[in-house]
Amino acid sequence: MSTRHPLHLNRRQIIRGILATTAFGVSSRLWTGCTPNTPPSATTPATPTNSASTGAVKPITMGFIYVGPKDDYGYNQAHALGKEGVSKLPWVKTVEQANVPETTEVQEAMRNMIEQDGATVLFPTSFGYFDPHILKLAQEYPEVQFFHCGGLYVDGKHPKNVGSYYGYIDEAQYIAGIVAAHTTKTGKLGFVAAKPIPQLIRNINSFTLGARSVNPKITTQVIFTGDWSLPVKEAEAANSMIDQGVDVLTCHVDSPKVVMETAEKRGVFCSGYHANQAILAPKGYITGAEWDWTNVYSRYAEMIRDGKTLMNGGISHLVRGGLKDGFCKLSNYGSVVGEAAKKDADAAKAKFIDGSMVIYKGELKDNTGKTVVASAKEYKQEDPELEKMNWLVEGVLGSATS
Amino acid sequence: MATESIGWWGVPLAIAAGTIRGSAPFLFVSLGECLTEKSGKINLGLEGTLLMGAMSAYAISYLSSSNGIPTWLAPWLGVFTAGVAGMLLGTIHGWLSQQPKVNDVAVGIAMIIFGSGIAFFFGKAFIQPVAPQLPAFELGNWSDIPSIKAALKISPLFLIGVAIAPIMQWFFKSTRWGLYIRAVGDSPEAAKAMGISVYKVRMFSIIAGSFLAGIGGAYLSLYYPGSWSERISSGQGLMAVALVIFARWNPVQCLYAALLFGGAQAIGPALQSVGVNSYYYLFNASPYIFTLAIMIITCSPKRTLSGSPGALGTEN
Repeated sequence: MSTRHPLHLNRRQIIRGILATTAFGVSSRLWTGCTPNTPPSATTPATPTNSASTGAVKPITMGFIYVGPKDDYGYNQAHALGKEGVSKLPWVKTVEQANVPETTEVQEAMRNMIEQDGATVLFPTSFGYFDPHILKLAQEYPEVQFFHCGGLYVDGKHPKNVGSYYGYIDEAQYIAGIVAAHTTKTGKLGFVAAKPIPQLIRNINSFTLGARSVNPKITTQVIFTGDWSLPVKEAEAANSMIDQGVDVLTCHVDSPKVVMETAEKRGVFCSGYHANQAILAPKGYITGAEWDWTNVYSRYAEMIRDGKTLMNGGISHLVRGGLKDGFCKLSNYGSVVGEAAKKDADAAKAKFIDGSMVIYKGELKDNTGKTVVASAKEYKQEDPELEKMNWLVEGVLGSATS
Repeated sequence: MATESIGWWGVPLAIAAGTIRGSAPFLFVSLGECLTEKSGKINLGLEGTLLMGAMSAYAISYLSSSNGIPTWLAPWLGVFTAGVAGMLLGTIHGWLSQQPKVNDVAVGIAMIIFGSGIAFFFGKAFIQPVAPQLPAFELGNWSDIPSIKAALKISPLFLIGVAIAPIMQWFFKSTRWGLYIRAVGDSPEAAKAMGISVYKVRMFSIIAGSFLAGIGGAYLSLYYPGSWSERISSGQGLMAVALVIFARWNPVQCLYAALLFGGAQAIGPALQSVGVNSYYYLFNASPYIFTLAIMIITCSPKRTLSGSPGALGTEN
């Protein structure tokens, strides 16, 4: 069939076009790439503490990599806000890349940031980036520091230039649990979860323990969707829990937007996660556990400016903190939250801030009846034992094993 | 509170509700693909068209409602725009895939990347805002049980999709235009001898199919789950293209296949909500297991796939 029509191109034209496009593509490296986000004040003199030694501080280039879009009302938005915050420091230059899957693609993203943008500090933020991608690149670039969010650094096993940071956001979840327990009418809470990793399980447990500190009869139903971002499954999970009588929903998925909107549409309450979602559920939003990464990233930037590194031991390989250290915060209480709930929640918050609160203290049983924390035993928040959590506390309906 | 909890009845209810809520995108995309493939061309790019439809519907619904268009009209404008956006992508595919010595599968893969790329690019600004949503018919008001009320909320778009399936069947079977499409798909030489322009018929089929796929995208972002994000389709467009083969290029069977897949999405969450906690990855994979099982049961070594258009995927 050689039907001729007006848009027909002959072979020569096509070859010319291909050549032109290739030339365009090859040269594109020269004029695009990650735009460095240097604030206009970058030329201002450095802070006095440093000008003494070096005269002017060389800008620190920090690279941030997110697994999803930057404005998803969730995990990535929280990190991107942290990046925005740290980029306001005059001696910090930031580059970022969003939508990087947890495959070899993240290795390419990291390599580009190191080679092309001169990044010496990387924050690949998604959990699945750690093993093997960060570990592999860390061996290849021993002078670059890799900080991973949520990974469990093992001394001796992992390269020296890898560090891990995470917040005890379960403290905020504990308080959200208290508020939820005061708000629920059916005594059934729901938790839409992605994958059973220790941090997520810890959020479920803390939320449940917070709720049961108010009313020991409350249960939390958990549904695992199987991945970090599956909007249709998340909506199905929320709907089927509401069908079962759950009337306060919270979640741990990358973007809580769908869960919050579904809860609002069905007229039940919801508690946010990662970022503030009050605007999505004006009627039913009770509170939420939010990150405050600006604080964390700025502290890292200051340590690096002062010459501290992971390799010389100036920066701890494991950085952790909770409400007290400003790693996380709570959303403002919604209009439906009663006075009693606010009082209990504020009391628990005060105890977290003065350090006297311990969530995991004996005796605790898991939901199969086995004792997981012996009586008289206490796991403080920083206890590494808690980062291996693979059990669901009594009162959770669900199972952490697939 | 006795009426609040429905226990094990929740599972069939959730599957039924999931069928009503979740099958429309599968339905629209597979009907669109069915129309396209009947004319002898494959359009794998419908995944990109679905995303583009979802994005443009959400964006138009949001923009028009914030510019003074009443909130009952804004989402419908979004639906229409989604269809038009689909048609634009379809035009590109229709033109490219009919060039001499161009493989339509390869063009389709390029169109997936192109469609999702521009949807992500223009969609950046619309992830955060909340757009007015499509209305639903509340057919469950006879019941006191809130979960049944919620399950029986039916989107008019879904009903339109259900109506299109038999209409398309009749169109293929009993109309002159349907005959043209089938002729072009089965034997382009014969169609040419009849005096039909193969190029125009295929172009029409691809554009119309892409229009339907765009509408499927509008359903995703404006009804269920009802927000725009880059993961909104999570491969549903590609699944729907595969459904057409599963449905043997028959629109009514496309409807059944779409219903099956929509319902199967709800199985995993519904079983967990009543306390079946093990094997949820397996339950989440149930639609694919169904597909494999049905393919194995219905296949035969003695003949090729029945219903397959004769010229499907061949060079023009």
